[in-house]
Amino acid sequence: MEIRQRVLGFITARFPLAELTGSEDIFSLGFVNSLFAMELVMFVEKEFGITVPNEALRIDNFRTADSIAALVQRQLSVTA
Amino acid sequence: MTSVTDRGIYLDATGEFVDAYIVPYADAWDRAGAIPEDLLDRLSGAGLWAPFLPVTVGGQGLDMIGFGTLHEEIGRGCSSVRSLLTVHSMVAWAVQRFGDDAQRERWLPPLAAGRTLGAFCLSEPAAGSDTSAIATRAVPHGSGWRLTGVKKWITNGQRADLFLVFARLGAGTVAFLVPRGTVGVGVRPIDDMLGTRASMLAEVTFDDVELKSDALLGPSAFASGMVLTGVLDLGRYSVASGSIGIIRACLEASAAYTEQRTVGGRPLRELPLIQAKISDMVTDLRAGRLLLADAGRLKDAGDSATLMATWIAKYFTSTAAARHAAEAVQIHGANGCSPQYPVARYYRDAKVMEIIEGSTEVQRTMIAAEAYRGRVR
Repeated sequence: MEIRQRVLGFITARFPLAELTGSEDIFSLGFVNSLFAMELVMFVEKEFGITVPNEALRIDNFRTADSIAALVQRQLSVTA
Repeated sequence: MTSVTDRGIYLDATGEFVDAYIVPYADAWDRAGAIPEDLLDRLSGAGLWAPFLPVTVGGQGLDMIGFGTLHEEIGRGCSSVRSLLTVHSMVAWAVQRFGDDAQRERWLPPLAAGRTLGAFCLSEPAAGSDTSAIATRAVPHGSGWRLTGVKKWITNGQRADLFLVFARLGAGTVAFLVPRGTVGVGVRPIDDMLGTRASMLAEVTFDDVELKSDALLGPSAFASGMVLTGVLDLGRYSVASGSIGIIRACLEASAAYTEQRTVGGRPLRELPLIQAKISDMVTDLRAGRLLLADAGRLKDAGDSATLMATWIAKYFTSTAAARHAAEAVQIHGANGCSPQYPVARYYRDAKVMEIIEGSTEVQRTMIAAEAYRGRVR
């Protein structure tokens, strides 16, 4: 399964009624708080075996499933 | 830990350490309102300050399930000592998780060794559970910041060398590492609290404290809240572990007392109502350990589900500790209200567990929200 789909799977598993596309701003849906932000980062790190450095913990990297997937790809290429 | 055997030896040794150096003195420390320096040194010698840190920086490389077991052991002996370890662990964990290379190199070795003791500065006179009400502020100044505000109820504030301070910066909340000796930092002891009386609480003031760029810990902006979320999660896990320790201490004290104390020529342990109290302690001790082990297993796996598992473990264990500490006093009767038995201390300490690292009310709100997550659009 591609990265974007796995990210969407995680989000919709937490919020089954959230209808989300890869390019949709997850912050606009109103359920993102610091707890979910932490869960999201932990998921990304565990699922894809990467560490997200402080400088990458920016809102633009987590705004959509597409941007999260791009972040994962960049970090995977760094560690490859 | 280099092996399962080493891990077992370390945890067994911690139990022996608690029996030898903590249990016999905890009531005296409670009355004195402080933990003596020689105990702090012994904690360093035993490698108990931040055992989850890697061996390379002087830690023990202990997994989180083991960390929970360790804090249960300390907690059955003295909740004040466990509280010092809790806040120190929170600081050490934050540096390990969010520090840059220079911050890790500077702070992790002394934090692992206990040469530098950490304290967690979040609560304020008008902001406890409501972290959005934090009034301590940082403003940019040159390449760093100026920090102004008052932090209250700071565990080990009287003795700590390094403060992890949360402050408003613009619209976000950020974390700073502030050494105690920094110009503008003031410490005022807070004594005579209800419980964890020896945890050396203080009010810590930051009066236009000048901080350099290396003081900021972790990301700013959107993700800065993650530092606080992560640190509180570890603190909650430790408090849950310590609460299990309180339940265990209540059970052991109550079992010993009801075997020896007689009423109408029969030991108390033969009375059905006493047996009911003891059976509830046994059951909740096991249930609490299972909830904590679940949270610990998820932490060791890096699974985000640990956050909610830890909320639930802390809610269950802290409320159970308060309930069983009250019953332990009840079982001991007037003796339980006296300084001759430790259960009065357990009772006072257990109440504190229902307030710190997220009050019972906040936890129930968070746990209930889990049930409605699937209904959010």
